[in-house]
Formats: sequence, structure tokens, C-alpha cells
Amino acid sequence: MQESGAFTPQFATSAITGILWLIPVAPMVASGVIALLKQPRRKLAAGLAIGSLSISLLLSLVAFCHVVAGWAHGSVIREFVNFTWFRFGSSTVDLGWVLDPLASIMLVMVSFVGLLIFIYSVGYMAHDENFTRFFCFLSLFAGAMLGVVISNSLLLLFMCWEIVGLTSYLLIGFWYQKPSAAAAAKKAFVTTRVGDVFFLLGIVWLFSQTGTLLFYNHGVGSLEGLALVNLLSQHAGLGLSAAGAIGLLIFAGAVGKSGQLPLHVWLPDAMEGPTPVSALIHAATMVAAGVYLVARVYPLMQIGAAPGGTTTALTVVTWVGASTAVFAALIAVAQNDIKRILAYSTISQLGYMMAGLGLGGVAVGMFHLITHAFFKALLFLGAGSVIHGCHEEQDIRRMGGLKSDMPLTFVTYAIGMLALCGFPIFFSGFWSKDGILEAAQHWDLSKGPFYLLVFGALLTAFYMTRQVCYVFFGHWRGHGSAHESPKVMTLPLAILAFFAIALGVIGTPAWPWFHAFLSNRAASFDLHGFAEPGLGLLMLGSSCVVFAGLGLGWWLYGNKSPKPEAPDALEKSAPWLWKPLRDRLYIDEFYGVTVIAFYGWWARVADWLDRRVWGGIVAVIAWLFGLWARLNRFLDVDWVDGGFDKTCEEISSGGGLLSRVEGGRVQNYLRILAAAVVALVAILLWSSRP
Amino acid sequence: MTGVTMGINSPLAGYLLVAALLFAIGLAGALVRRNAILVLIGIELMLNAANLNLIAFWRYGPHPEALTGMMFAIFSIAVAAAEAAVGLGLVIAIHRHTDTTDLDKMNRMKG
Amino acid sequence: MNLVFYLLAALTIGGGLAAVLLKHLVHCALATTVAFAGLAMLFLQLDAQFAGFAQILVYIGAVAILIVFAILLTRGSELPKDGVFSRSWFVGLVIAAGVFAVLGWAVLESMRALPQQTAVPAVTVHDIGIALVGRYVLPLEIVALLLTAATIGAVIVAMHEKERPR
Repeated sequence: MQESGAFTPQFATSAITGILWLIPVAPMVASGVIALLKQPRRKLAAGLAIGSLSISLLLSLVAFCHVVAGWAHGSVIREFVNFTWFRFGSSTVDLGWVLDPLASIMLVMVSFVGLLIFIYSVGYMAHDENFTRFFCFLSLFAGAMLGVVISNSLLLLFMCWEIVGLTSYLLIGFWYQKPSAAAAAKKAFVTTRVGDVFFLLGIVWLFSQTGTLLFYNHGVGSLEGLALVNLLSQHAGLGLSAAGAIGLLIFAGAVGKSGQLPLHVWLPDAMEGPTPVSALIHAATMVAAGVYLVARVYPLMQIGAAPGGTTTALTVVTWVGASTAVFAALIAVAQNDIKRILAYSTISQLGYMMAGLGLGGVAVGMFHLITHAFFKALLFLGAGSVIHGCHEEQDIRRMGGLKSDMPLTFVTYAIGMLALCGFPIFFSGFWSKDGILEAAQHWDLSKGPFYLLVFGALLTAFYMTRQVCYVFFGHWRGHGSAHESPKVMTLPLAILAFFAIALGVIGTPAWPWFHAFLSNRAASFDLHGFAEPGLGLLMLGSSCVVFAGLGLGWWLYGNKSPKPEAPDALEKSAPWLWKPLRDRLYIDEFYGVTVIAFYGWWARVADWLDRRVWGGIVAVIAWLFGLWARLNRFLDVDWVDGGFDKTCEEISSGGGLLSRVEGGRVQNYLRILAAAVVALVAILLWSSRP
Repeated sequence: MTGVTMGINSPLAGYLLVAALLFAIGLAGALVRRNAILVLIGIELMLNAANLNLIAFWRYGPHPEALTGMMFAIFSIAVAAAEAAVGLGLVIAIHRHTDTTDLDKMNRMKG
Repeated sequence: MNLVFYLLAALTIGGGLAAVLLKHLVHCALATTVAFAGLAMLFLQLDAQFAGFAQILVYIGAVAILIVFAILLTRGSELPKDGVFSRSWFVGLVIAAGVFAVLGWAVLESMRALPQQTAVPAVTVHDIGIALVGRYVLPLEIVALLLTAATIGAVIVAMHEKERPR
């Protein structure tokens, strides 16, 4: 195993690992420079953003090739560079980055999809006056996301995680003058924050138990043997070891960021942001960060499992993922906003990824993540092209017949839609989803997830068909006329469509390259891979499910284009089902009644406390001081001053009395004099008598 | 009062009594009369009474050849004359200013 | 005590009383002169001839004249409206009586100790002169100074004030 030690000038690792830090830093630096530019310098801003991400892509490809080369030679590549950030007491806080197969795949995907979306945005945001600000935030996001990918320290990952959340907030609320956009940004931030609290608890617990937050550090990292055994031995209640509990806490952070069941409410509202934002952040990358995080700390969740069995933590992950998948798919059936359907679809697919991680391991979940990134980005960019072409219309009931008006968009969108549904053989989505279904089928604990996921696949096909029928088939129901989008927007669509098909190749059972790459096994092209028992049946079964969904959708919606005000076909036949689905199964209202109502009540209590109780105490103290001041003044004026004045008056009148002695009449003086002499002489004579 | 019953057999006593009486009369004049000049007259009478006392004691004293009493009396006369001059000058000056010699009216030194 | 003494004493006392009691100031001044004269004769009877003649020269010849001049210069001949005795004359009388009582009592109490008769002192003017410039030269000089100062002072006090320039 090639490893590197502390951050010293001589590298025992490869050169690429040494400069791996450039990958996230280049876009961040570009973001900083763009922030200092003035608004009209659009070309420079776009150029800086695209240029820096190109550098990142280049370096990511070099790293990927390096890791693949290592894998081909049979050695396992996990290179890392760690350095100390600061010390406190006898412990240190270390940061670092790591390059291994998981990271290298993710790096390439994020930078490639990101670059395509950057190029697309140049065309999409061309009429927006805040063009420069958009690219500044986009670059910052790209840098932070790449930082999450290569981070070797849970702390560094958390820091980049938070920056990702910040940029998501900034970009959702990009058009902040719209109250709905500002509210959506706030909702996203607060909801993911709830998950982040548990994440932080997990981090602190991990640090306290293992003394380090590094993943890999010559055997003493928190994901390596010693620490894991230590964590496994401690019990945390509910049948969980400390490792599992920490893993679940970290999973809670992923629940928030990836929109799993209780904390999914922000994702549909996040569609208020511009479409490239939805494509990049809320389809391909940021929401995938949660899945990536679970994949990263997978050893924590897996330790203690018997061979072929599973742990409590992974069971929780599986059930959360499976239920989310079905839940979101149900709601997507009854939505009318083109982006909202895709948002719920994303939530559903994220559920699939989580279930895949829980059921089949890192490779299964990550494969679906990679394929989903491409075709979901494709779908969102295609939706953006449609919105752009329909003059900012987003309601699918006012679209229709676009397959002739926007042919290129239609073809690429159709490819993406089929990949998402899992149309057999040709599309990558089929292989990745089947991988998950296969793992679910072989799960010992329960067959529940399997049936849920199959039902989800049916629903996925159904609602995507509905959407495509509404948008591209039938006749035009909007105002004005639709037009195709410029090349700068359609070119990325084509590239993504290509990958939506081609990526399937690396994950088929005949040549499971992806799985082998991630699990450090060898892979070879062997058609006998198809001959696994039950596999053929499964592939046939899932294909039937997909066809059934497609057929049902076509039968209900087909080439018909009902008027925008007319009720939906499903609504007509099953209104009792339609209404709750359209109202998103009342989750938001539930939160409003419980959490938000409680918070409002609590805020009122705090306000009352502040104004009445603390304010009252302050007022009482102030009144006491006033009283004291008045008392002092009374003492001072009435007693001290008054006493003094009175004394002076008495002295004055006494002086007046005394001054009568000085009458000014000489004869009186003489009289007194004589009388005194008489008295004196008399006394003297009397006393001297013999 | 034994001397009175025995008769005043000492000539000195007689002179002394006369002097005392004259002194008292002079004092009464100074204290009772209104006019400032009469106050001065009273003062002169008092001084004269004192002179009489001095001369009487000189005459009947132990050592008349020392001339003490006589000297004292002579100087007293001289000083009294000077004092009378100045005092009367003052009275005249006051009269010029206030047009009165009434002592009752002279209370500008009132405090 | 012989008759002359009693007569002279009566003259002196009468003059004094008159001086104090009479209304007209000029009469008072003249009565004072009579008192001075009586005293001078008493001095002569006491064998103090120099003192007696000095008394006549100074008191009667100068002081009495001075008093008369002062009376005349202050229009003392007019009778004052409010009466010649001050408002509280009784108090003064009482005090004067008190003084006489004390002095008289002192004299009478010490009557036994007083000498009866003594020899006439053989004192000449020559002796007085020698004593003045001998033993008593300092008082003499001081009295000279005093008289000078008194003279100048009396002149200044009684002088007409110069008109102050306005």
C-alpha cells in the first residue's frame, strides 16, 4: 500500500497526490477573484470559472488515470497527505486529503458534469443581470464539493460540507427579490441544518472515542483497524455498537443533505433557483454528497457484520432509502411543475442509492450515483432548455407538442428519461438500478425493500411517461411559440446523453469493472457473468415492470393534451388518490403544525419573558434607582442644604442681636465702662480687706 | 464707717472725699448731659479730682521731697490741656459736619 | 480740718455741681472756672504752690477759655429742644453714685491707716526744676512731643476742609 506521511517536502507518494489540493482550491480562488469583479465583466467571470474547473477536471483525470494504472497492476492505491492544523493540550487536530478509487471516480464525475453545466449556464443566464455573481457562487460551490470528495479528515469534510450548504442557500435564493425564492433558500438551509446537528454529534463522538478525525493515517486513522475494533467493542444501546451509532449520526447528516424521508421537504422548494443550479446541485452533486459521505464512512457502519449479513446501522439506512424511494415517487405522479417532478424524482433516486449502499455495499450505491448524476443532469438541463424555449413557462399543462419544435432537446430528454426509468440493456440506469434490485433480492433480513423498490420502479416509469407526454407530445397549449435553444445549451445535452448510454457499459455483470475498481478486485469481460442464477429472471422481471409503467402512462396520457384547466386523467379516475399525492402527502403541513408551530410558540414565550419578566426586572431596578436618587436628593436638599441654611440664618440673626451692643452712642460706652470699673474696684477692695 | 463716727480726724481723708465727690460729679456730668462739650467739662472735672488726690497724697505721703506726686500732677495738667484742645477741636469739626453737638444723635458708629 | 478747707471744698463742689446741672452752656463753663479756681486754692492750701499756679495758668487761663470758645463756635448758647439731659440720665446718675459709694467706702474704711499730720514739705521751685530736667527728663520730653502733636492735631481737626475738586 502506498501511503504518505505528514506534510513534508519530500513526497513518498505520487506527484499527483501532492498537488491534489489544487483541485478544490482552483475553483475557490476563481470564485474569490470573481467576487472582486464588477458586474459587467461577464466574459471574464465566466472564463475564470470555466477555466478553473477545467484545470480541476484535468487534474482529476490525471489522478483517475494514476489510480486506474495502480489498480491494473494489482496494487491498491490509497494515497493521502495529512498535516496538523493546531494543537490543544496533548491532542492535535489534523487535516488532509486522500486519493483512492472512490475519490477518483467522484472527482472526475463532479468536475466533468460541473464543467458541462458551467458551459450551459453561459447560455442560460445570458439575459440575467447578476451573471457575475452567479458564476462566483457556482465556482465556490464546485471548489467546496471537490473538497468534500478528497477530504481525508471528517472535520475538513464537515467544513466543506457547510460551505456546500452555504452556496446552495446562496444559489437557491439567487433571485432573492422573489419572496418564494428567499423562503426556499431559508428552508433548505434550516432543514439541512437539522441533519448537520446530528452529523456534528457524530464527529464529536468519534473524536472522543478514537482521538482522531482522519480517515486514513498509517493504521491509526478512525476508519482503520485499531480504531474500528475499539469502537465496535463499545455498546451504545439499541443493539448498536459505538461504531454503528456514530455511523447513524453521520447518516443523519446525509439524510438532511440528500433529502431522505423526514428531511426531504427542502428539495422541491429548492427548484426556485435557476435551472443550472437545480441540475448541478440538486441533482448531480450536492445531494449526492450525502450518499458519498455514507460511502466514505462505510467501514464504520459495516464493522461487526457477520459475513454475508448486515449491521443495524445498515438496516436503518436501507429502510430509510427504500421508503423514501417509494414515497417521493408517489408524490411525483401528481405534480404539474416540470422541475418539481424532477425534484421528487431525485429524492426517489437518492433513496435508491441509499438502499443500494445498505443492501449491496459501496460499489452498488456509487454506481447508481454516477449514472444518475449524468442522466439527471441531462434531464434538468433539458427541462431548462424547455423552459427557456417556452418563454419561462414551467407548468407542463401549458406545454405540448414540443417534439417537433425542439427536436434536439426532445431526443436528449428522451434518452435521459429512458435511462431514469431503467429501460433495459442500452441505458445506464437499467444496469445501476438492477444492481440495487439484485442486492435487495438477496437480502436476508427482509424482502420488504425489494418489493418497495420494484414498486418504485413502476412509478418512476409511469410519472416520467406522463411528464414526457404532457411536454413533448400532443399539441401546443401555451402562448406564443416555442423555439429550440442555442448550441451552447444543446451541446452539453448531447454530451450528457452520450454518457447516459455509455456508462452502462462499465457496470454490467458481464464486465463489472466499476464494482471491481471500487473493491480492489480484478475484472474481466466474461459473458458468463450473465449466467448467475436468478439474474436473468430479475432482469426480465424489472424490464416487464418498466414496460408496464411506460404502457400505463402512455395509455392514460398518450397523445392527448387536455386543456390546462381540465382535471388530470388519473384525477378523474381516482380523485381520492390524486388529491393527497398532489398535496405532497401533507408533510409540509405536518411540519407546519408541529415543529414550526412549536417554534412560533416558543418564540412568543421567549419574547414575553424578555419583555415582561426581564424587562420588568430591569424596570423595577430602574424604579428603585429612581427612588434612591429621589431620596438622596431629598436628603441633600432638605436636610443638608436646609440645615446649613438654617444655621447660617441663626448665625446671622445672632450677629444681628450682638450688633446691638455697638450702639454707636458714646455715653453708653462710658456708662458701661464706669460700671465695670466700679464693679472691679469693689471686688478688689472687698477681696483685700484684712 | 468708724472714721465718720470718730470724726474725720485726718485731713487727708477730707481731701480724698472731696476728690471722690468731685470725680463722681464729673462722671455724672459726662454720663448724663447731652451736649458733647459738657461731657468734656465732666472729663476735666474728673481729671482735676484725680490731680487733687495726687497732691493730697504727696502732701501727706511718706516722702514729699521726692516730688513724685507733684510731678505726676504737673504732667497730668499738661496732658489734660492737650487732650482738651484736641477734644474740643473734634467737637467743633463734628459740629461743622452735622450741625449738632447732641451726643444722642451721634450714632454713626452703630454696628 | 479748718474752716478754710470747708469753704474751699464747698466752693469747688458747688462749682462742679453747677457746671453739671445748669442749662446754659456758658453758665456751665463759668461754673467750671469757679471749680478750677477752688481747686487751685486747695492746691495752695496743700503747700503745692507750683501746682496751684500751674492750675490757674493752664486750666483757668487756657482750658476754660478753650471751652468758652468751643461753646461759642458751636452755637451752644442756643437751648436744645429736647432738654439738656439725655433720655437715660438716671442710669448715669446711679452709676456715678455707685462710683462715689465705692470710693467713699474705700476711704472711710482705711481711715485708721491714714496719717494725721505731717511736716510741711520744704520744696522749692528750684527743686522742681532740677527734678524736671533730671529725674523726669524723659516724661518731660515726651510731654513736649505730646503737646506738639496735640497742637498740630487740633489744628488739623478743626481746620476748614479744602474744597475737593469735583
